[in-house]
Amino acid sequence: MTAVDAHKSLAKSLIDSPDTAADSAPPPRPERRPLAPYLLSLPALALFAVLLLVPLVMTGLLSLNSFGFYTGIQDVWQLGNYIDIVTDDYFHEIFLRTFRIAVVVTLLCAVLGAPEAYILRRMRSPWRGLCLLIVLGPLLISVVSRTLGWALLFGSTGIINTALMAVGLIATPIEFMYTETGVIIALTHVLVPFMVLSVWASLQRLDPQVENAALSLGAKPFTVLRRVVLPQVVPGILSGSIIVFALAASAFATPAIIGGRRLKVAATLAYDEFLNTLNWPLGAAIAMLLLLANIVIIVGCNRLVERRYKQVFE
Amino acid sequence: MNRNGPVALVFHTLFLAFLLAPILVVCVVAFTSQGYLSLPTEGLSLRWLKAIGDNPEFARAFRDSLLLGAVSSTIAVAFSVPAALAIARHQFRGREAITALFLSPLMVPHIVLGIAFLRFFTQIGLGGTFAGLVLSHVVIILPFALRLILAASTGMDRSIENAAASLGATSWTTFRRVTLPLILPGVASGWVLAFINSFDEVTMTVFIASPETTTLPVRLFLYIQDNIDPLVAAVSASLIFMTVAAMLVLDRLYGLERLLVGRGQE
Repeated sequence: MTAVDAHKSLAKSLIDSPDTAADSAPPPRPERRPLAPYLLSLPALALFAVLLLVPLVMTGLLSLNSFGFYTGIQDVWQLGNYIDIVTDDYFHEIFLRTFRIAVVVTLLCAVLGAPEAYILRRMRSPWRGLCLLIVLGPLLISVVSRTLGWALLFGSTGIINTALMAVGLIATPIEFMYTETGVIIALTHVLVPFMVLSVWASLQRLDPQVENAALSLGAKPFTVLRRVVLPQVVPGILSGSIIVFALAASAFATPAIIGGRRLKVAATLAYDEFLNTLNWPLGAAIAMLLLLANIVIIVGCNRLVERRYKQVFE
Repeated sequence: MNRNGPVALVFHTLFLAFLLAPILVVCVVAFTSQGYLSLPTEGLSLRWLKAIGDNPEFARAFRDSLLLGAVSSTIAVAFSVPAALAIARHQFRGREAITALFLSPLMVPHIVLGIAFLRFFTQIGLGGTFAGLVLSHVVIILPFALRLILAASTGMDRSIENAAASLGATSWTTFRRVTLPLILPGVASGWVLAFINSFDEVTMTVFIASPETTTLPVRLFLYIQDNIDPLVAAVSASLIFMTVAAMLVLDRLYGLERLLVGRGQE
């Protein structure tokens, strides 16, 4: 069941665990107290109603207000903020850049993470555990610390440029800081473990004997990879891509440190509107659009993946 | 037969180097003897690690982060246990919807949650308070705790509970003496995962923290935005050392793979 669950949604894939409730039916048992489950989940339900739904609805309403530099937030209801975002080239550029970065990061994570997961699975016992620890460990280290590492590597006198110039590959330092290239490299580093996790989960369901069978029937190793292994892991790569794309599109700390003020993405734009420009209604509208895009992409892609690969999931 | 070829091993080595490089660089820079950033560094010293002690705001943020993580994961677990038991062992109307709601914070970008909480807390007068930080963290880490506790309660053998009940134990006694000890591994690992997620959170917290009440990642983030010096590397390196130590302990106790992937393979 583990791998099956892993593909079902972003939520599950992020921290997959076996035999989760939504899929495995509980033991059929006559219900003596029909109210019991509601009473048990009531505290958490109340908590979420007050602390999740109310703030989100309030933000939605805030995004409809207007803002003036001298008047502050005006209690009127209008779509001006959304119209501003849709019609202004400045916002187009930032949203387009966010989308472009997320697409490239997702592709890089797939190209790097999927083969790595396959290689990890073929390793033998002590090495496999150790390497898995190295690959998954960074997930537990603060994003700020990991991004700081890239900022140190990227500087014009940083290791990467010094090494490339010493080898003679480049004559002048490459600009990584405050560029899309830099943000893409750092974000790929931050998010690639999610891809490895997702592909790893789908590989768990692949019986190594099937590969051996194909080999013994005369298939070349590359044919086995293409015709036997790949079809099995494609759903894993797709669900990993959904996670990576969603997280890359809404990433904040990494683009804020590497991209700085000069290279804004949607999340850092919303942050600036809130804490620097103090135009809260506009910031709220950007946040609402991000939320909407996120939900449409996650739910839509999950539907698509599940329908297309129904036979693999069942 | 299923061995990795030389190409695969080269790829693997480069991949690990890519993953480790920025983390190792932070650790090396933390030990530089110079007053500025330079790589490769010429001498090693502990001056920057000692300098952390001269910056009490880092120590205070660290203490606040620990406290925030401990309090919010405890509350998240307390809310998760009954909810997990309800979802795991009852078939009821709205069960799927309730589960989806509890897991939904994972689908909402943290930047959106930060904005929503900033607005909400300012309106109800909790802006910039520790209580506000705790409440918001409970919401975002609850799904992590719930998932692991759910897994533990689903796999549990119900006949022991029935035996306790038939021997005359009240439902509270049964819960306390039978159910809770049985799901304790799930509860403990759920707490740890929740704590880690609270401790590392920066995107949402940056909106609701105030200069007086802030967490270590937020303080680091704001410091890095102004300037990057060996001091932040030293703070980050100490964080990395602590995380690695916690990771090794966790791996021994529970298995990191099991915590992150689900069921272990070996």
